Amino acid sequence: MSSKEIEIILSRQWADTLSVPVFIVDPKGNLLFYNEPAEEILGLRFGDTGSMPVAQWSTIFTPMDDQGNILKAEALPLVQTLGTQTPAHGGFWIKSLRGTSYKISVTAFPIMGRPHRFLGAIAIFWKIMEK
Amino acid sequence: MKITIWGCRGSLPAPGPEKSIFGGNTSCVQVSHKNTSLILDGGSGIQRLGASLDPDTKEVNILLSHLHLDHIMGLGYFSPFYDPDYTINIWGPAGSNESLVARLRHFFSPPFFPVRLNELPAKINYVEIDNSTFIIGDFTITSEYLCHPGPTVGFRCTAGTSVFTYIPDHEPALGSYNFIDPEWCSGFNLAYQADLLIHDGQYTVEEYKDRMGWGHCSIDDAIKFGDLAKVKKLVFFHYDPARSDTELEQMFLNSTHKLQIPFDIMLGRENEVFYLE
Repeated sequence: MSSKEIEIILSRQWADTLSVPVFIVDPKGNLLFYNEPAEEILGLRFGDTGSMPVAQWSTIFTPMDDQGNILKAEALPLVQTLGTQTPAHGGFWIKSLRGTSYKISVTAFPIMGRPHRFLGAIAIFWKIMEK
Repeated sequence: MKITIWGCRGSLPAPGPEKSIFGGNTSCVQVSHKNTSLILDGGSGIQRLGASLDPDTKEVNILLSHLHLDHIMGLGYFSPFYDPDYTINIWGPAGSNESLVARLRHFFSPPFFPVRLNELPAKINYVEIDNSTFIIGDFTITSEYLCHPGPTVGFRCTAGTSVFTYIPDHEPALGSYNFIDPEWCSGFNLAYQADLLIHDGQYTVEEYKDRMGWGHCSIDDAIKFGDLAKVKKLVFFHYDPARSDTELEQMFLNSTHKLQIPFDIMLGRENEVFYLE
């Protein structure tokens, strides 16, 4: 087993201290880490799942707009950041595995290591509403 | 493979009779195998190393872990820089903005140093490295960024079946997840199953509590890191400049006497030589 880049390791350490949900993904979108507040939104525990391939975690919740229309992946800030390597922001609804629907606001930004190595992205979620 | 410690003090040269066993020169280690010799860091220990070089040698490779002063302060006193027949290759970590040579120029310029970098007679080449693998003569070297303030790498030097890892400045307590999971531990790739690991061991556990984030670690954390990486021998390095020989030995005993450690550990000392099969 090899270790992750120091930028990713320190991102996890930082995320672990926060009380807002944080996702950390690699350049392909594989979910490397999510913190305890994110566990509530996902309805999963990182200790149980570990890292997850993009195909697995992206099917856990269905992102929708205010009218209930399912959003394409390209509309999601995290996916945009992975494509453009620039920050992105947006809001949408998701439904956790526990059945709760949340309206969340998401800011995603790229993890650019030295010297300008693109290592993935971090998404920070704010829970705006739940039903 | 032959490994020679020319300086193992951290932060500041610390000469004095009370430090004569472990030495007062700052970070510098020489690694040799067959016809290749590498110099790891240019702390004050590099001055004596320069005087020991074979007169026929006309090319050296200096691998800088980072550019904190205690790791480069000896460069200006390394005699090959003043020999026009010498070629010196300086390998060092890439930063985000300034180039390696630009960052070195901060030190090699007045008022900090009288001679500018481009005035040195030797031919100097600069190579920026990040998470890289490269070959120098008989060595394959892997560098990776580590948990330490500013651009900082460690080195894994492989020759034949021998592996030597050099991580002089490292704070694995911040850069790991309780030393449980190798995947989430700074420096693990470099140290994994190394025959010899030279690693930061500046503090006691108590001292570290007040120095968190300064980029160094306790002897206890260095042992946890070595255990996770399954190294065969761990040599402590980068001692606090205020620590006398007696205090260092006492610190080592206090930190280790109750532990069951499945590999060799020892305090590194200036002029110590290690041989790997």
